[in-house]
Amino acid sequence: MSRVLIVAEHLSGRLNRNATAKCVSAARALSPEEVAVAVLAAEPGPIAEEAARIEGVDRVLTVSRPENAHPLGQVLAPQIVELAAGYHYVFGPATTFGKDLMPCVAALLGVPQVSDLMAVLGPRRFKRPIYAGNAILTVEVPEGIPVVATVRIASWPAAGTRVESAPIEAREVAVELPAHTRFVELRQGKSDRPDLQSATRVVSGGRALGSAENFQIIYRLADKLGAAVGASRAAVDAGYAPNDLQVGQTGKIIAPELYIAVGISGAIQHLTGIKDAGTIVAINKDPEAPIFEIADIGLVGDLFKVLPELEAALG
Amino acid sequence: MKILVAYKRVVDYNVRIQVKPDGSGVVTEGVKLSANPFDEIALEEALRLRERGLASEVVVATIAPADAAAHLRNGLAMGANRAIHVVADRSLEPLAAARVLLELVRREQPGIVLLGKQAIDDDCNQTGQMLAALWGRPQATFASKVEVEGGWARVTREVDAGLEVLEVELPCVITTDLRLNEPRFIKLPEIMKAKTKPLQTLALADLGLELGPELKVLHYEPPSKRQKGIMVKDAAELVAALRARGLL
Ligand SMILES: Cc1cc2nc3c(=O)[nH]c(=O)nc-3n(C[C@H](O)[C@H](O)[C@H](O)COP(=O)(O)OP(=O)(O)OC[C@H]3O[C@@H](n4cnc5c(N)ncnc54)[C@H](O)[C@@H]3O)c2cc1C
Ligand SMILES: Nc1ncnc2c1ncn2[C@@H]1O[C@H](COP(=O)(O)O)[C@@H](O)[C@H]1O
Repeated sequence: MSRVLIVAEHLSGRLNRNATAKCVSAARALSPEEVAVAVLAAEPGPIAEEAARIEGVDRVLTVSRPENAHPLGQVLAPQIVELAAGYHYVFGPATTFGKDLMPCVAALLGVPQVSDLMAVLGPRRFKRPIYAGNAILTVEVPEGIPVVATVRIASWPAAGTRVESAPIEAREVAVELPAHTRFVELRQGKSDRPDLQSATRVVSGGRALGSAENFQIIYRLADKLGAAVGASRAAVDAGYAPNDLQVGQTGKIIAPELYIAVGISGAIQHLTGIKDAGTIVAINKDPEAPIFEIADIGLVGDLFKVLPELEAALG
Repeated sequence: MKILVAYKRVVDYNVRIQVKPDGSGVVTEGVKLSANPFDEIALEEALRLRERGLASEVVVATIAPADAAAHLRNGLAMGANRAIHVVADRSLEPLAAARVLLELVRREQPGIVLLGKQAIDDDCNQTGQMLAALWGRPQATFASKVEVEGGWARVTREVDAGLEVLEVELPCVITTDLRLNEPRFIKLPEIMKAKTKPLQTLALADLGLELGPELKVLHYEPPSKRQKGIMVKDAAELVAALRARGLL
């Protein structure tokens, strides 16, 4: 019998439902006795309520402290260690939030961490990718210690929503928190487009776009499809798109139903970010481009000619 | 102020890695090894801080088998003042690596420890955070800009939502993202000079550390392959193919 604690990710008073609900699916794969979600925030109320309605969540634990207004790994970790007493698993999403935080939790517990958990094979046996997804490792966590893991969200379906709520319990944690870190600001790209990590359709542009101005045609096509926008590292480095749109090994790992790569060559570091996409479409003028090796539908052509035609054909 | 840079040697990022048919590992015989790209960026940042007069010494450290001395010489040729080679005959997981680095921190008393955000072999993205937690010092992970002033570092971080700015008190741990800088090329005369720079070796066993529990690696396999796709000749055919799949 086992109990799983999931650390909820949230921003500006809202739960990152997608990431949290995928952690719940990974937790449920263990057939546990209990799945709890921990919400550490300055004002956890509404975040906890949303978490409590995720299917498969048995209880929500909240810790309300002013220091939790911003997600600082070294501030959150000691509190999570307190909450984790009596839990056999501590999971967080493999997002920048979870990647920053969870290793601190593991280190304080003195245990190794399983990064990017993509499959559960048994109570202590898991699969995870290494070498940019070019090899998959099966690892086993030794007996007698808690399992700390980040969950590769592209590998899991999001748990559903239900009407009735799981109980929400406020917890006090009596740990002293460090004052060595000051949050200054978060500069967010404001956008009313779908979120890259949870979108069902994504259109991405690469170096071939040539300028931030030209990159607008990617946004136009995305709007036509109701899709989120992504970019290759080359496009981000060149300043055509902001960094939070980068897809790949060091950007976001995504699994939309439809991924359209425009003017992207298909370097392994990019492909690792889209391997779980349903259908991959590649538009590239070079028939030898590696992206065609994994594309479900390929179109060899000049994007500046193809994209306007595509927009027109979509009506 | 001294800066300690964790400088790992990994399979070069251009190598297309192959899993051994028996699932016992990946093929590393005859494969090109290089500095982890993120660690080169970490070293470059340390050198720039020194060049701006904000640091006095840059020390590169690696935990690796004996044949990694040449790798550390590259770090010295790039500009580090000294190198520390913790000789280990097997590769260590992040928790163990963090404990070794903590011991080096204890000995060296750096103001900043710079690490890559992830090693591109194990892709763990853990060591820096674990070191900070064990050390009880602040961390600023996934840095794309670092400024140091008055005993604090102001770090811009690449996070999923955009760019976050934190101020962390020194001593601290910083892990690098790709856009922090572009590492310099090593020049030939520097390679000659590096030969005489101090390179200290420490045997892992002599450090007397408790390295902690480790994951047991059971099996390696190649990723599942995607099915071969189709080619279409123009936008109209593409739209038709998407419709046929129920995607439009
Ligand atoms: C450690 C590490 C991590 C990395 N992480 C990432 C990551 O997370 N994400 C990522 O994307 N990259 C990452 N990279 C970089 C990666 O190796 C590639 O350099 C990058 O993905 C290339 O981007 P690109 O495909 O846009 O550019 P290019 O490789 O330059 O490709 C441009 C493509 O556009 C095509 N093209 C040109 N003109 C046209 C036109 N008019 N019409 C149609 N097609 C055209 C060309 O044929 C070419 O195939 C990483 C690299 C390293 C070393
Ligand atoms: N054996 C090692 N030697 C030197 N540095 C290391 C070692 N292992 C990890 N690191 C550092 O920790 C970072 C993150 O590694 P990882 O947590 O394995 O992804 C790397 O980029 C290095 O800076």
